[in-house]
Amino acid sequence: MTGGEVGTGEAIVFWVSGTLAVIGALGMVLSRKAVHSALFIALTMINLAILYVANSAPFLGMVQIIVYTGAVMMLFLFVLMVVGVDASDSLIETIKGQRVAALLMGIGFSILLIAGLGNGLLETTSVGLDAANSANGGNVEGLALLIFTDYLIAFEVTAALLITAAMGAMILTHRERWYPRKTQRQLSQERFAVGEHPGQLPPPGVYARHNAVDTPALLPDGSTSDLSVPEPLRARDDVREVDQDDIEGIRRLSSGSSTTDKGER
Amino acid sequence: MNPANYILLSALLFSIGAIGVLVRRNAIIVFMSVELMLNAANLAFVAFARMNGNLDGQVVAFFVMVVAAAEVVVGLAIIVTIFRTRRSASIDEPNLLKY
Amino acid sequence: MTEILPAEGVFSLLWVLIALPAVGALILLLGGRRTNTWGPYLGILTVVGSAVIAIVMLLAMMAEPAEQRTVIQNVYDWVFVGSFQVSFALQLDQLSIVFVLLITLVGSLIFIYSLGYMAHDPDRRKFFAYLNLFVAAMLLLVLANNYLLLYVGWEGVGLASYLLIGFWQRKPTAAAAAKKAFVINRVGDVGLSVAIMLIFITFGSVTFQDVFGQVGEASEGTLTAIGLLLLLAAAGKSAQFPLQAWLLDAMEGPTPVSALIHAATMVTAGVYLIARSNAIYNAATWAATAVVVVGLITIFMGAIIGSAKDDIKKSLAGSTMSQIGYMVFAAGLGPIGYVFAIFHLLTHGVFKAGLFLGAGSVMHGMNDGVNMRRYGALKGVMVVTFITFMAGYLAIIGIPPFSGFWSKDEIIHAAFERNWVIGAAAILAAGITGFYMTRMIAMTFFGKKRWEDDAHPHESPAVMTIPLVILALGSTFLGMALLFWGDIEKWLEPVVGYESVPTPLPTWVYIVVTLVVVIIGAIIGWVMYARKEVPIEAPHGSVLTRAARQDLYGDAVNDVLVVQPTYRTADALTTFDNKAVDGFVNWTATFVGDLSKRLRRSQTGFARSYALSMVGGAIVLLVALILVRLS
Repeated sequence: MTGGEVGTGEAIVFWVSGTLAVIGALGMVLSRKAVHSALFIALTMINLAILYVANSAPFLGMVQIIVYTGAVMMLFLFVLMVVGVDASDSLIETIKGQRVAALLMGIGFSILLIAGLGNGLLETTSVGLDAANSANGGNVEGLALLIFTDYLIAFEVTAALLITAAMGAMILTHRERWYPRKTQRQLSQERFAVGEHPGQLPPPGVYARHNAVDTPALLPDGSTSDLSVPEPLRARDDVREVDQDDIEGIRRLSSGSSTTDKGER
Repeated sequence: MNPANYILLSALLFSIGAIGVLVRRNAIIVFMSVELMLNAANLAFVAFARMNGNLDGQVVAFFVMVVAAAEVVVGLAIIVTIFRTRRSASIDEPNLLKY
Repeated sequence: MTEILPAEGVFSLLWVLIALPAVGALILLLGGRRTNTWGPYLGILTVVGSAVIAIVMLLAMMAEPAEQRTVIQNVYDWVFVGSFQVSFALQLDQLSIVFVLLITLVGSLIFIYSLGYMAHDPDRRKFFAYLNLFVAAMLLLVLANNYLLLYVGWEGVGLASYLLIGFWQRKPTAAAAAKKAFVINRVGDVGLSVAIMLIFITFGSVTFQDVFGQVGEASEGTLTAIGLLLLLAAAGKSAQFPLQAWLLDAMEGPTPVSALIHAATMVTAGVYLIARSNAIYNAATWAATAVVVVGLITIFMGAIIGSAKDDIKKSLAGSTMSQIGYMVFAAGLGPIGYVFAIFHLLTHGVFKAGLFLGAGSVMHGMNDGVNMRRYGALKGVMVVTFITFMAGYLAIIGIPPFSGFWSKDEIIHAAFERNWVIGAAAILAAGITGFYMTRMIAMTFFGKKRWEDDAHPHESPAVMTIPLVILALGSTFLGMALLFWGDIEKWLEPVVGYESVPTPLPTWVYIVVTLVVVIIGAIIGWVMYARKEVPIEAPHGSVLTRAARQDLYGDAVNDVLVVQPTYRTADALTTFDNKAVDGFVNWTATFVGDLSKRLRRSQTGFARSYALSMVGGAIVLLVALILVRLS
């Protein structure tokens, strides 16, 4: 896998990983749901890490997985959760002609780039990184030497950039408190002032037969309370149907009749 | 197989990322497409480092990663802030620069 | 040969002659209302002062021998630019001294008269200021020793004339008349400025000495051109054909103005110009002929117009036009006529001023009414005015021994020295003069009363009648005085030259024929206007009468030839400016606005459209790079 020319093993790795990377990229662009896009790009990044390793850059490959896929994409997912994981793009394009123009330009761009680059790189030879990697006793050492000597200033500046970025993010997302924090008493008063159901949403409750989170609670008259199912499940229509026997039993119980299979009350 | 194939792969990924920026409306997905473009550039750097036989390409790819990380941090912070006020994550929403 | 002497002794006061009225004008104009009470008196004093100095200079000059009577005083080195060198220098010789005396003496009398005539006018002080300005400019004109300085005076009198004609500036007719006078004068002024340019090109200098000394070296064509241009200037200033239309309208100004400017002095500036430039006209015979023709035409035009006007001042204006025509006519005859042109100018200045001031006196008594059809039988009521007016009348029609007889008959005689046709024409015109002047006195002083109901004619106060008396004395005696005691021909000969050509018939024949024709004209006028009833409404009249009432359609001709084309051109230019120029400018503005409207649609505000254009740009770059690599 190291050295100038590409061996068969590397060729196979390239084609497999390359294809998967492209599939991941296309999936990211074409998915309707945002979380799916995030997962697809994570796939692409991991495959790219494999390709980095195949190109005698093991350190970079690991950094790609740890930092990029591990940290950056997780950051993306967190923000997706804040923003609305169920928000989905409608398929209708609002800007006239944008889709057509974008596709045309994108495809044209790719053709031009690939053709141009391919044409230019036909007769190239590859030196390979054997010598460079072993010159300093390994890839990491070689990179370290370069970073801390030739690219020292870039390194320092990048460090400052990171600090600035962190500060910037903190400032941007900081919520300035304009009013004093509401006390528990105030919150409670507000809840009751509205006049609607003030308390907690009903748990499975006394008449519950099941305590799965997607089973609605049973009310004394036998009807179900949809409020007891968490909202994401309600939004997905993931509410389980209640057994009819259970409802009969509830009715009997609440009506006060003593026809239980256990005898008198 | 020519090691230049890596470059072509990188070009393909870059174009896909560009199309993604142009076509998607969700701000976060647009951002992800930009990340894809940065990754494609990184792949090109690494491939060129291998072809040229020195580690400078890898160092640059490393720095690109760092900068991309910083950029993601700030960019997402901005998206969150905008989302807080506008309650929408579409990048077509803020069109105040319209004539 | 005439020597040029520097100004010494009493002549060193030459510049004071001009300075006194100039300073007077300055004080009265700048002082404003503070000078209202004593201003008019100051105005009179300045002119009287100049008159006194002039008389002293005349006596000094008479003591010198004839060859030594020209003095030059260099006041100030004025324009010294390369080869164009002109000094502010004053020249006093026999010609200019007679003009100076005419201006200052007649001017003084008219100023004193104005004290009474303008007594009730609130702008009296301004009037005297403008009069002073006029006198200063006119003196500068006749005392200049070069054409450029003469032009300064020329313009100055034009300005003063404009200010004085339009003195009652709130009257629209007066303002229009002043504008008309100024514009027509301007046409003449163009002639003078082009002539000065030509003179400078031809002779390298504009000073009289230099120019007249080198006349022999210039080509006749150039001299003819200069002569014609100077004639144009003189025609403008002296109201000769074709620039005569302004003189009748100029009667809108107060009567003293008409007397001073339009009878005695300003209109004679043209004659002065021609007489001063006699060297040029002697060498350019075609130009001199043109002068004669212009003069002749104007003699008849003025006489015909004067015969039909009912306004006393306009009739006198027509008469002025005619008499100046006589002077111009005489000046065009060459050395045989220059002296008599000046002689007639002097006598005419006195008697015409007397006639105008007399008319002013009549108007003053008749509530400023000017319509002669409303006068009649005034001789019993305004005795002094009547007698002085009659003196002027007899002078103008040329009855011996009054002054006009001597000067006009000399002109007629000179005409016959050249050509009997023009001589006969001159005699005929004299007859028409007799007719219209008799008509005037018949309608005014004789006949039956035709007064309006509120008219109470009375004699004018002494401040007005005394100048009338003095001028009447001048009208009676000046001619004989100048001819016999002053020897006017010998006096002016060193400056303008004098010849005498024998005539086919002896002189007395011409005198008798002239007198007979004049008396016939007077009798016709008497019969028509003193014997017959003068209708109060003007009768329809013959074709000629109606034409004469319209100033022989002079205004109509000017209108068609000049005014309407100017209006048309101005209209066309305005339309062009509005439609074409403004249209073009507005079109560029609309175009830019339209373009902007279309272009700004690309600012959609959508980040994705901008991203699209970025990708487009990247594609262009790529294409360029690939093409460069391929080639």
